[in-house]
Amino acid sequence: MTAKATTSATFEQDVLQAEGPVLVDFWAEWCGPCRMVSPVLDQIQSEHPEKITILKLNVDENPDLAMKYQITSIPAMKVFNKGQVETTIIGAKPKFALEQDLAAYIG
Amino acid sequence: MRQVIIIGSGPAGYTAAIYAARANLEPLVVASSVEAGGELMNTTEVENFPGFPEGIMGPDLMAKMQEQAERFGAEVLYDDVVSLDIDGPIKTVTLGSGAVHQAFTIVFATGSAPRKIGIEGEARLSGRGVSYCATCDGFFFRERTIAVVGGGDSAMEEATFLTKFASKVYVIHRREELRASKIMQERAFKNEKIEFVWNSAVVDVLGEDAVTGLVLESTVDGSRRELALDGIFVAIGNDPRTHLVHNKLDLTAEGTISVEGRSSRTSVPGVFAAGDVLDPTYRQAVTAAGSGTVAALDVEHYLAALGEAGAPAESASPIDDLAEVDAA
Repeated sequence: MTAKATTSATFEQDVLQAEGPVLVDFWAEWCGPCRMVSPVLDQIQSEHPEKITILKLNVDENPDLAMKYQITSIPAMKVFNKGQVETTIIGAKPKFALEQDLAAYIG
Repeated sequence: MRQVIIIGSGPAGYTAAIYAARANLEPLVVASSVEAGGELMNTTEVENFPGFPEGIMGPDLMAKMQEQAERFGAEVLYDDVVSLDIDGPIKTVTLGSGAVHQAFTIVFATGSAPRKIGIEGEARLSGRGVSYCATCDGFFFRERTIAVVGGGDSAMEEATFLTKFASKVYVIHRREELRASKIMQERAFKNEKIEFVWNSAVVDVLGEDAVTGLVLESTVDGSRRELALDGIFVAIGNDPRTHLVHNKLDLTAEGTISVEGRSSRTSVPGVFAAGDVLDPTYRQAVTAAGSGTVAALDVEHYLAALGEAGAPAESASPIDDLAEVDAA
């Protein structure tokens, strides 16, 4: 199971109204580090399908949300819980480092 | 057991891999999980790599280098080295996935990482308006005012690139003249969106949860002033990535890996260094590639000597392979 996409149209339902924690990966096609971290997030999603939902948000196609969440650097990964941003991770990191950052959710 | 493991996948690592693969050493390249391809992955047009008169995009150049290494039998792993044991004749490399690989030789080509200014606001606002990668983050500064800090080629390239998005780009430099090459300087001087701020050091980055300005200090008379802006791109140079070999390999006073003369031989037999990690001065894609060649050739000679001393013989003698390559 790889990470699915979310958009401005579905963000409310996908992320803000979701029951469990949702990690939103703000990314773009032209961002090299985003392309590198993307398969790592897919792996984490497939290893922990019950614990966390990982969704990808394209900042080119959804600039309103990028602006709303003050994204100035990608990849930016924000974990939402009950509609609030609980954790922010900025920059591509190796899997073991991401797992440490997300230990509260997937540990 | 491998003949050689190459750590790093920039121009130095991939060039070492091309040479080692052509010598039938079947190199394993540990490319990193999220930084594979190295620093050129975050650049745009590369105009000074010989053989590409029209220029080539950094990521395309790295994809070609990888393809060339793989064509001759290099194996590339997208993983990260978490620890190294290099004391004995057999070197052990442990990866982030938990996998363990062993080899007679290591080429250490981990490159360098962007240098930080080292002030409080910089760390606090990193990713919140403080950036080290114009191609990654420039997009978010459309019609904004930003600053590039630095006076070298990278700073000029970033400043010029960022004018595609920003309405105004200050270039802040400690001195009154640039280190950058003439062609890069002229391009920046001609750009109407770029304004140079000379003889100034950034002493603080302002803002609660996003950058709102900088505090500059004059390097001439020490006076301070504030500059209001939305983002700052730091391009003041790089530091060699040596954390994996601290207390294992000798380093120079500059923090790069110490090597013997013009060779790639480090203080530990069987461990060779290549690229930015040993070069505090030139730091070009071409010089890194040349340095990767030196390391691969040194690896071959080392393995040949090991073979003669009666170490476990592998597929073919590296020296024979080298002769074949030369004859081809």
